[in-house]
Amino acid sequence: MPKKGNPPLQGELLQGTLDLLILKTLALGPAHGHTIAHVIERRSDAVLQVEHGSLYPALHRLEDREWIASFWGTSENNRRARYYRLTPAGRKRLVEQESRWDDLVRAIDRVLRPAPEER
Amino acid sequence: MSWARFFRRRRWDEERARELQSYLEMETDENVARGLSPEAARDAARRKLGEPLRIREEIYRMNTVGIVDAFAQDLRYGLRILRLNPGFAAVAILSLALGVGANSAIFQLLNAVRIRTLPVKDPSELVEVRIADRKGAVGRFNGRFPQLTNPLWEAVRDKAEGFSDLAAWGTSRFDLSDGGEARYAEGIWVSGGFFPTLGVRPAAGRLLGLDDDVRGCASPGVVIGHSFWQREFGGDPAAVGRRLRLDGHLFPIVGVSAPGFFGVEVGRSFDVAVPLCAEPIISGVSGDLDRRDWWFLTVLGRIKPDWTATRVTAQLASLSPGILQDTVSPRFSPDDVKKYLAFSLAAFPAGTGVSSLRRNYERPLWILLAMTTLVLLIACANLANLMLARASAREREIAVRLAIGASRGRIVRQLMAESLLLAGAGAAAGGLLARWLSTSLVAFLSSESNRLFVDLQMDWRVLAFTSGLAVLTCVLFGLAPAVRATHVAPAAAMKSGGRGVTSSRERFGLRRGLVVAQMALSLVLVVGALLFVGTLRNLLTVDPGFRPDDLLVASMDLRRAGVPEGQRVAAKKDIVDALARLPGVTAAAHVDVLPISGSGWNQTILVGGVAQKDFPQLNRVSPGYFKTMGTPFVAGRDFEETDTGSSVTVAIVNETFARTYLGGGDPLRQAFQIQEPPGAPRPQYQVVGVVKDTKYYNLREPFKPIAYLAAAQETQPDEYLQVVMRTAAPSATAPAVTRTVAGVHPLVALTFDTMSSQLRRTVQSEALMATLTGSFGVLAGVIAAIGLYGVMSYLVARRRNEIGIRMALGADRAAVVKMVLRESGMLLAAGIVVGAVLAVGAARTASALLFGLTPGDPITFAKAVAGLAAVAALASYLPAARAARIDPTLALREE
Repeated sequence: MPKKGNPPLQGELLQGTLDLLILKTLALGPAHGHTIAHVIERRSDAVLQVEHGSLYPALHRLEDREWIASFWGTSENNRRARYYRLTPAGRKRLVEQESRWDDLVRAIDRVLRPAPEER
Repeated sequence: MSWARFFRRRRWDEERARELQSYLEMETDENVARGLSPEAARDAARRKLGEPLRIREEIYRMNTVGIVDAFAQDLRYGLRILRLNPGFAAVAILSLALGVGANSAIFQLLNAVRIRTLPVKDPSELVEVRIADRKGAVGRFNGRFPQLTNPLWEAVRDKAEGFSDLAAWGTSRFDLSDGGEARYAEGIWVSGGFFPTLGVRPAAGRLLGLDDDVRGCASPGVVIGHSFWQREFGGDPAAVGRRLRLDGHLFPIVGVSAPGFFGVEVGRSFDVAVPLCAEPIISGVSGDLDRRDWWFLTVLGRIKPDWTATRVTAQLASLSPGILQDTVSPRFSPDDVKKYLAFSLAAFPAGTGVSSLRRNYERPLWILLAMTTLVLLIACANLANLMLARASAREREIAVRLAIGASRGRIVRQLMAESLLLAGAGAAAGGLLARWLSTSLVAFLSSESNRLFVDLQMDWRVLAFTSGLAVLTCVLFGLAPAVRATHVAPAAAMKSGGRGVTSSRERFGLRRGLVVAQMALSLVLVVGALLFVGTLRNLLTVDPGFRPDDLLVASMDLRRAGVPEGQRVAAKKDIVDALARLPGVTAAAHVDVLPISGSGWNQTILVGGVAQKDFPQLNRVSPGYFKTMGTPFVAGRDFEETDTGSSVTVAIVNETFARTYLGGGDPLRQAFQIQEPPGAPRPQYQVVGVVKDTKYYNLREPFKPIAYLAAAQETQPDEYLQVVMRTAAPSATAPAVTRTVAGVHPLVALTFDTMSSQLRRTVQSEALMATLTGSFGVLAGVIAAIGLYGVMSYLVARRRNEIGIRMALGADRAAVVKMVLRESGMLLAAGIVVGAVLAVGAARTASALLFGLTPGDPITFAKAVAGLAAVAALASYLPAARAARIDPTLALREE
């Protein structure tokens, strides 16, 4: 029997980051999975090339934690689509995540580009 | 993960599939818009998304509780396996159901009579106020719980502190009929505070309050119990306001108590509650409530929240001397007064109520619970053995699964799931069986004159007990085989494949051990059963000193006939004489204290003016009593018509009395006096006859000294008469008795009983123990025999090759049989040694319940061992015979 566990996510490192990106995208207004995937891809100048499919488990997880909520709607070109929107809890979470991200970036930055030591 | 999603994950998955589909469609649309061909557009969309199935799987797994999922799978698998072996499943479930059912039934009874608290408001605050050690109290005792007298109760009520409520109650019975054969209702006397103290609500009308119980009340209302209301009035609300006849007096019904409230006595249900102030009306005697030597009340109190039982007791102890000093009875002798003043009142927890059922049956019930536990253990050992056999049959399959990487835990879990199914089904069936068993047991103990009421409602304790048993049995019979099954070396198991190799001793060790354990526990049960059956037999065959068959007893209440005290002796004699002349009645006599009825009368006597130590038992009978009972005279004469109120007072004594008190010389020349209150006359009773010893209170006691006084010489006759008649057809005679008595005095109320049914009632708990333990013993023996048979058959099957070789080398059939029997004989012997040690210890705890047997009675043990050995021989002879029939050429060719 194979060992159980999650199959390796594409870019395990990105998991927390992906959550942040989704929340940030939804902060602009409700959107469906297709839109979210493309917005992230476009905004990051295609640097963050994730398989769009890996977005869905992340959406599921966020919904499970009640940071986002979903509903069925009709897309711009008349397709049935599942829309997601940010909940108040999600909005709070986004603010927290953003500031933590800033801290992280600053910290990494200091390590990578240390200020010249003073004698 | 949420549970809601877990249970709806299939729908959730469809939702996701649609969502992914919608992504693909949009992406394809965009790709087409960018100028790709439809096929290329779809392919590109697929590439962008990734594998939809993998995504769905990932989400599906997020919705899963891993353990639960695997467990459900295991259960389904177990169910499939069991369905393939319906015979095994049936045997397993049946044996578990019997074990669990017996256990739960006994526990239900224990719970109802011992553990559960009263169905009243805050039962934990209730205490009983009584004299801590009432030994040496004298006077008249009535009812089942005569703890205090009415003057004592009134003093406690007026002086005690620390109680928010106080109430007194006593048991009685009231005749509902208006003459002729009596029909009794279970009654309770209650003080006005009874219902308020318990916090009971009415089902109709109102309940009694303090205002209803005022001394000298003229026509007080009564409250009826809910079941009585249903039985007698069909639950008609108009019953409230109607009048109820109690002992010939009419009382208005003011209300009905709530359903489920049976009173304070566990094991009984009251029919009617009558305020204490009605006592003079019913008895027709004023002033009895002021009698300081009439014990008939029990006092209950509710402790104030800021008080404790200890503090209340301390306070009661300090009040006791004053209360007792104020309530000394003028009828007490100086000695009695000394004892009375030494008493002390105290408070005892009463949240579980009082119960004579508990007094008589608590110990037997605990013993029965222990025995049913043993039955269950034996059943578990048996099942464990069967499971082991099945597991070894699946050795190969398990080896394969282990070899291809299944974890040991996974396989143990799977095997356990099967056990859990069996245990669950067994416990469920057992639970149903238990309800039936416990109701039948109560019905067995209940009779018309002794109506029992046991509330056998399911509660959380019973449920917890039964499901606890299920889990316990599952672990007991399932775990060891499951773990053992996974301890095979895959390579060895697959190589042998169940052929040729005789398995190692170690692997048989567990199964042998289980059989030994079964044998040992069975021996304990069989010994117990034989001890209780022997006790019952001893009691039934013990010589009570009279012939109990063909005796009809008529109890009469003459109060309504209104015979003045001076004419009572004559009136009673008229009735007895009329009954003696009835056709079919060979003898009839008046008797005050019927033997083995549990009631008694004893008093200090003086011989030669000297008070003797210990009380002899007394009785008052008319001429012909000994002839009626079939008790022979040893010396002297019976009472005669010439022994009257004006002649010399005479007495007849039994042999033990003569030996104990009239030691020197001829008893017929001696006389004795009965100690009467100071000032009362103390006539000399001239002994005119000596009779054989008879049992007095019960069959277990040694013969007691008894003195019989003449009914015709009674100076203060009461209004009750008991007549015992010898007649070949007791039940056919009863109507004639009723007619005859009505002819003499129309308003006499009668009840009938037979001596043999009374004897049966006195050995009721022994009969119950004998029946139940007997069935447990048989059950245990059968299960153990099945276990032994199973193991021996298995051993023979496993050793087919070996036996074939032996026979090929010249062993004859007898030798093979002997070999197999020796094997099972060793198991039996080990079981008996272990079992005997356990049985001796177990029997000692039950020694108080035995009669005419010691706990270690060698004959009983010998019988038990012989019985078990016979069953074991039978169980192992079949496999042995099968072994002897093995054809060596066939057995060897199989290799």
